[in-house]
Amino acid sequence: MNFSSIDAWWWPFLFILIAGWAVTDCWRYLGVVFGGRLGEDSEVLVVVRAVATALVAGVVGNLIFFPTGALATTPVAIRVVAVAAGFAAYLALGRKIIIGIVAAEAVFAILLLATG
Amino acid sequence: MLEQTETISRQGGASWFFRGVLATVSVPLLILVSAFVGFAGLAHEAGLTMAETVYMTGIVWALPAQVVLVGCVLSGSSLAATAFAVGLSSIRLMPMVMALTPELRGRSTRKWTLFLLSHFVAVTSWVLAAERLPDVPRERRAVFYAGMGSTLVLVNMVVVVIVYLAAPHLPSGVSAGLFLLTPIYFITSLWGSARESATHYAMLLGVAFGPIFHVVAPGFDLLGAGFVGGFGGYALYRLFRRKAAA
Repeated sequence: MNFSSIDAWWWPFLFILIAGWAVTDCWRYLGVVFGGRLGEDSEVLVVVRAVATALVAGVVGNLIFFPTGALATTPVAIRVVAVAAGFAAYLALGRKIIIGIVAAEAVFAILLLATG
Repeated sequence: MLEQTETISRQGGASWFFRGVLATVSVPLLILVSAFVGFAGLAHEAGLTMAETVYMTGIVWALPAQVVLVGCVLSGSSLAATAFAVGLSSIRLMPMVMALTPELRGRSTRKWTLFLLSHFVAVTSWVLAAERLPDVPRERRAVFYAGMGSTLVLVNMVVVVIVYLAAPHLPSGVSAGLFLLTPIYFITSLWGSARESATHYAMLLGVAFGPIFHVVAPGFDLLGAGFVGGFGGYALYRLFRRKAAA
């Protein structure tokens, strides 16, 4: 049973409610319940942060290597170089997210125009 | 007399709510908006309707969770697998709320107020709150954060609407650039918000294993990347820490 298996207007909303809201806000509520009791640097939380980060990074990797739509029509090499350049600029120039975004988009635009 | 005091404190409340609204005007907001522009483009491309995406933004209000959710929709994951993956990506909200709750709580703050406010906790509002709350009197912090959090949510719901209205009219090069926003935003923000090297290793492994699992085990790609990247990153972190100690 997935996002498109029930052909009714309410199904996507119910799907988002269960697989989006419920599983997200329950952690926020637990945070209120346990507020200030568990140390920020406990070893369990290191693992939790690592798994959550890798999960989102997995989406990012798929967006770069297997995108859909307009991005899919661009060469994979240009996407990889643009994101790598943005990340390099971010690391080199004071770790500002905005610098990473501007650099990646600039390199992407230049390469797209240059390759026609 | 008592009535008068109440009126004054209520006025104080409204003014602190408004100060919270104003406090959102910042560079982090600009970055968050550009991330939501990218997300809305992604959701549009994945076939979600405008109503579904606006609704998701309002009730989930965690960009990583939303990106994982749309990623699962794209790969046709089941309801259970999607809930599991999104839930995993949202665990990190718990320690953030745990850290913020003692800051928000005043003597007269009710528990249910804190539950309602916790919905607004996500990376940007958390960073802004950590920066601004110390300057807010303790009894006004809840109302200040209510103004700040609700503004961030509403602004980005409007951003989603604008992107959906504009998307069909954008040249393909521009929309391609729009879709590139999500990867670069997350690569830089995940790197910057990491507290220890385990998260850095996990990010690099996750970016590599997402596409690998996409080929080897489609439908399981995100969970696979999460577990291999997460535990692998943690293992590397332990390994290097022991070496450093030895």
